[in-house]
Amino acid sequence: MIKLKNINRIFQVGDQQVHALKNITLDINSGEYLSIMGPSGSGKSTLLNIIGMLDQPDSGSYHLQGKEVTHLTDNTQSMIRSSQIGFIFQFFHLLPRLTAAENIALPMMLAGVPYAERKQRTNKILQLLEITERADHKPEQLSGGQRQRVAIGRATIMQPKVLLADEPTGNLDRHAGHEVIKILEQLNQKGITLIIVTHDPELGERAKRKIKFIDGSITTDTGTDLA
Amino acid sequence: MIMNTHDSLQFSYTAIIRHPLRAVLVLLAIAIGVASIIIMTGLGEGARRFILNEFSSLGTNLLIIIPGKSETGGAMSIISGATTRDLTLQDTISLQRHHQIKRVAPIVFGAAEASWQQRSREVTIIGSTSELLALRHWSLSQGVFLPEGEMTRASAVSIIGTKIASELFPQTNPVGQKIRIGDRKFRVIGVLASKGRSIDIDTQNLIIIPVASAQHLFNTPGLFRILIETRSRESQKQVKTFIINTIKARHQNEEDITIISQDALLGTFDQILTALTLTITGIAAISLSVAGILIMNIMLITVSQRTAEIGLLKALGASRHQIQILFITDALLLATTGAILGILLGQGSNLIIHHFLPTLNNSAPLWSIVTAFLVAVFTGLLFGVIPARRAADLNPIQSLAHH
Repeated sequence: MIKLKNINRIFQVGDQQVHALKNITLDINSGEYLSIMGPSGSGKSTLLNIIGMLDQPDSGSYHLQGKEVTHLTDNTQSMIRSSQIGFIFQFFHLLPRLTAAENIALPMMLAGVPYAERKQRTNKILQLLEITERADHKPEQLSGGQRQRVAIGRATIMQPKVLLADEPTGNLDRHAGHEVIKILEQLNQKGITLIIVTHDPELGERAKRKIKFIDGSITTDTGTDLA
Repeated sequence: MIMNTHDSLQFSYTAIIRHPLRAVLVLLAIAIGVASIIIMTGLGEGARRFILNEFSSLGTNLLIIIPGKSETGGAMSIISGATTRDLTLQDTISLQRHHQIKRVAPIVFGAAEASWQQRSREVTIIGSTSELLALRHWSLSQGVFLPEGEMTRASAVSIIGTKIASELFPQTNPVGQKIRIGDRKFRVIGVLASKGRSIDIDTQNLIIIPVASAQHLFNTPGLFRILIETRSRESQKQVKTFIINTIKARHQNEEDITIISQDALLGTFDQILTALTLTITGIAAISLSVAGILIMNIMLITVSQRTAEIGLLKALGASRHQIQILFITDALLLATTGAILGILLGQGSNLIIHHFLPTLNNSAPLWSIVTAFLVAVFTGLLFGVIPARRAADLNPIQSLAHH
C-alpha cells in the first residue's frame, strides 16, 4: 500500500546540510501495525511527514495505493491527505476555540460534508471513544487522555486508510497513554494501517513490525507478516 | 474541496472573537474611515446646497450690470468696481425698452445714520425703484413698497428692515412715522418681512428709499449696480448684447460696463464646491486606506499567532487555496462589519450635526455611502490577501512544531 523507494531528504540548517533520510526504501502493507523507533533527530518524524505528504522528498519515489504522489498538485495532495491519512500528534493540536465535537468535525467541514451528516458521524465517533458527555467542552476543560481521544476521533472521522501517530503518548501519564494505545490498536484490528513513531521502547515493542532508525537510515526491520 | 460559506464565516467569526481587542481596533479603524467619508461629503454637499440656494435667492434669471470694464470678469469687479463713466438713471431708463427684459432696478448703495426721536443707529441704505421688491423676491410685513412712477422723482419715503423697526420703534408702529436719515426726513411707508441674512445683504438692517432720493443723500449721480431680470434664461445672451450695445451708444461708443449673470456665478460656485467636496472625500478615502494597512498588520500578526493552526488545517486536508480563503474571509468579515458600523456612525453624526445646524442640509449623497462601503471592503480584501498568501505558504511541519 505504501511503497517508498530510495527516498532522500536533505535539510539546510544554517550552512550545514543535514541528510535526514538516506536512501530509504520501505514497503508497508495495508493493515500493518508498525512502530518506528530511534533517537531524536534520527529522521523518523521526517519519514512520517513524507508518508503523510506534509513534506516532499528531495529524491526517490513514493507510491500510495499504487499511485505516485510526490509530484501531485497541492490540491490533489490535500484531497488524498483528507480522505486517506489521519494524523495524531504528541501535543494533540486541538483548536482551543472549538468544542470537542467541533474539533472532531473539522476535517469534514474542510471537506465540505453537509452539516447533518457531520453531526451524525461525530456523534457516532464520540460514542465509540466514550466521550459523548464531553462533546461540548472546550479542549482546556478536558484531561490529556480525553484530548488525545478527541484527536483520534478527528484523525479517523474521514475513515482514512492510514493512521500516522507521532509520539501519541508522549504527553500523557501512563494510564491515559495505555488507554490511547488500546484505542489505536483496536482501530488497527479493524483494518486501519497504524504507524507509530516513538522513542518509548515499551510502546515500540507492542507493534507487530518494528523498525529502528539511526542517522537517517533503517538499521533494523523485523519485516512484515502480512502479504 | 470546497467548504461551504456558512462554515467559513462561522470559522472566521470564532477566530476573530477570540481576540476581541484586535477585532475592535480593526473595526474602529474602518468605521472611522467610512464615517469620515460620509461626514465629509455630507458637510460638503450641505455647504454646496446652502450656497447654491443663497445664490438662487438673489432672484431669477438675473443679470447684474456693474460700471467699469473688468478684463477678467467675475468676482473681482464686484469689489473694486473702478469706474470710467458712471451708470446713470438715464442709462437705466434706456434699458427698459427691450421686450425680453422683465424688470429693471437701479441700485444706489451706501451707509448712513438713521434716527427717530432719541434713538439712532448706523444702517445700510439702498436706493432703488418699485421693481426691486419682486426682482429680489422680497416681501413686506407691513405697509407698501416704493411707489411706481418716474424713477427720477425723489420722494421722501422709506421701507425699513425688521431690526430697524424693532430698535428704533420699540413701542410704536413705524408705518407713518418720520425717520431721519442723514440730514433728511423720510416717512416710513413699509416694513420688510424678516428674511434674515441674504448672501449679499442683511435685509433686517436695511432701509430702502427711492433711487433719486439716495442720489441726493449721497450726492452722487452714479449708480452702484443695475439689476435686470430677463423673461427667460434663454434670452439672457440676447439681452446682454442689447445692454452692451445700448450702453455703448450712450457712453461715447465705449464699452465700460461689466455684466455678470447669475447662472455664471452659480456655475462657478457649483464647480468650486464640488471640487472641494471631492477633495475632502479623497482625503477621507486615504484615511480609509490607512485603516487597510492596519488590517494588514493585524492580519499578519494573526497569521504568526495561528501558525500551528494553519499547519494543523493542512494536515487535516486543507489546501493552500482553502487556507487563503479562510484568511481572506477573516479580513472581509472585519472590513464589511467595520464598513456597516461606519455607515451607521457617519449617518448618525450627520443627523446630530443637522440637529445643531438646521440650516445645513448635510445628508450624505448615496454615491458617497456606496463608495465608502466599497472602498472599505476592497481595502479589506486587498490588505487581507498578503497575509492570507503568507499563511498558505507556511510549511506545515514547521507550523506544527511551532507550539
